[in-house]
Amino acid sequence: MKSLAELQEIRNRALSQVNLRKEREDGIRVVVGMATCGIAAGARPVLNAFLQEIEKRNLGNVTVTQTGCIGMCRYEPIVEVYVPGQDKVTYIHMSEDKAARVVAEHIINNQPVTEYTIGAEAK
Amino acid sequence: MNIYRSHVLICGGTGCTSSGSVTLQEEFESRLKENGLENEVKLVQTGCFGLCALGPIVVVYPEGAFYSRVNKEDVKEIVEEHLLKGRIVKRLLYSETVEEDNIKSLNETQFYAKQMRVALRNCGVINPENIDEYIAVDGYQALGKVLTEMTPEEVIQIIKDSGLRGRGGGGFSTGMKWQFTHDAKGDQKYVACNADEGDPGAFMDRSILEGDPHAIIEAMAIAGYAVGADQGYVYIRAEYPIAVERLRIAINQAREYGLLGKNIFGTDFSFDLDIRLGAGAFVCGEETALLTSIEGKRGEPRPRPPFPAIKGLWGKPTLLNNVETYANIAQIILNGVEWFTSMGTEKSKGTKVFALGGKINNTGLVEIPMGTTLREIVEEIGGGIPNGKKFKAAQTGGPSGGCIPAELIDTPIDYDSLIAIGSMMGSGGLIVMDEDNCMVDIAKFFLEFTVDESCGKCTPCRIGTRRLLEILTKITDGKGTMEDIDKMEELCYAIKASSLCGLGQTAPNPVLSTLQYFRDEYIAHVQDKKCPAGVCKALAQYTIDPEKCKGCSLCARQCPANAITGEIKSPFVIDQEKCIKCGACQTACKFGAIYKA
Repeated sequence: MKSLAELQEIRNRALSQVNLRKEREDGIRVVVGMATCGIAAGARPVLNAFLQEIEKRNLGNVTVTQTGCIGMCRYEPIVEVYVPGQDKVTYIHMSEDKAARVVAEHIINNQPVTEYTIGAEAK
Repeated sequence: MNIYRSHVLICGGTGCTSSGSVTLQEEFESRLKENGLENEVKLVQTGCFGLCALGPIVVVYPEGAFYSRVNKEDVKEIVEEHLLKGRIVKRLLYSETVEEDNIKSLNETQFYAKQMRVALRNCGVINPENIDEYIAVDGYQALGKVLTEMTPEEVIQIIKDSGLRGRGGGGFSTGMKWQFTHDAKGDQKYVACNADEGDPGAFMDRSILEGDPHAIIEAMAIAGYAVGADQGYVYIRAEYPIAVERLRIAINQAREYGLLGKNIFGTDFSFDLDIRLGAGAFVCGEETALLTSIEGKRGEPRPRPPFPAIKGLWGKPTLLNNVETYANIAQIILNGVEWFTSMGTEKSKGTKVFALGGKINNTGLVEIPMGTTLREIVEEIGGGIPNGKKFKAAQTGGPSGGCIPAELIDTPIDYDSLIAIGSMMGSGGLIVMDEDNCMVDIAKFFLEFTVDESCGKCTPCRIGTRRLLEILTKITDGKGTMEDIDKMEELCYAIKASSLCGLGQTAPNPVLSTLQYFRDEYIAHVQDKKCPAGVCKALAQYTIDPEKCKGCSLCARQCPANAITGEIKSPFVIDQEKCIKCGACQTACKFGAIYKA
């Protein structure tokens, strides 16, 4: 260890390893429906796509979790995004490409991708 | 580096290891693989969570689900339900975290709510065998700050201002100790860490070393810079194999990263650490005996002064602090004096870790601000006494401490209040006793320990404690006299006044404090020949209640001494002369007709 900067570099690199374990209220949560219906409809690649995007962009404040069936199996894979202080956004018929766009537009720039939401389908 | 969506933390402390957490780890590995989750879910072995009574403990993040008493068969369910489908297995959760149908955060449970984790902050959070995780939670930042921005004098001033006192038991000002070692003249100086935790029932130092070994390495390097030492030694007992192994791994990692070695952070400061194993002699927790043992000689104390700060290892100025003391250092440097002094009481700042044991529901490790009352520890954090029994006393400070009786349960726990009531902080063992504990027997237990552990160098300790134990044994055998009690008290003061080191000087404390608060129990043993708690075997008397006895003869057939006689269908009697007080009759009786008094 030759300098503080070097220590800082290791710290930043390692932070994503432990961030998950902090009890926080401020983080964004991405919840993927992973019941039998979700998995059958391809939720796993979607979940992995979210993880990869988040890692690529080094987003420390986002956690990805999964949940069970919420009863709308025909819309699976369903992904809900919770941004603190805002209404949750429910995305349906998700795919890996769509996941990448949700990360870029919704999670980073706070612009929900309206065309993928369940509201768009109803219209 | 792969990013995982979920972390499964498995406690790898000694408590959970002995209740089987290693097999859990293997089971998780194979179950995760079976479900194709090995790249999504990360397994992390951590240090102690503190709730050892409910081990093995497994925590799953990001949900923070706290599973307790997990066994191998449960792993499949956790993996398939929770990790695969996102359904928390409520059945296995720590019951305190489940309220009606909601899951509470761990910090809201009674056990954790009043705790304040400073020394234990990383235990149960990071993987102790991974230096990167320690760095991620601000590890080695304090060392960096000290080396690049501060002079040794400034560091010492901060430690002094923080009011930190030695956590090993004595409670001497840590800053003053650093100052003395800094001021002492010498071409070579050393820092040492006392990890020879010997008090029966205390295991906080072990848990810190197992759960957060880098915190000790960092603090010792800071201490080395402050006092002007380039070499440190950790003296740790060989009975702590997991702690030794993790510390060894941590030292090697720190060397690889250049956090130990030459020119740390590009400065002139060089520092290295070595481990010295102790053979587990209680006396080696005493500072002069510990240093003698590090030198490779027989671990015996020597008179002080000169104190180690002036003449320590190989006659050179040496700073010696306890593990828990070191665990506070980096936090004080990073968060400042004001933060630290906001916790605790006027003369005892910060927090203290206690090992809760004995008759208490939540056996384990707790860290509380100084000044928390014994009642809060026992009734709230500890979850009270099992089986609805009554609190009788708490023993603090191990063989050097004393008993706090029920009437003093509202005493705030800090160095000075404990000394005022005849006990001491000690390293932080806290053994809770209920109405079934005999106080004379407790005093005898601790005396047996000190008699075994006395090194024999000085007469008052070697012979005095043995005579004390003989009198105690006489009393518990029902052969004591009132003069014995007086003689014992006199002997206690003589041993305290004339022993060479802390071991002997404090050895009579368990006797003195039980005499002070539970003299009536001693008198009951001597005058009435009775043990009120029914513990002392020689004084116990078994009798058959003629009202309840059905005359079935079952007890008589069980009695190994043929002490019970009678005719079938009429009450039986026990011949007290022949009775050996084994209790077999009481166990055998189906009608609850046999009493012990």
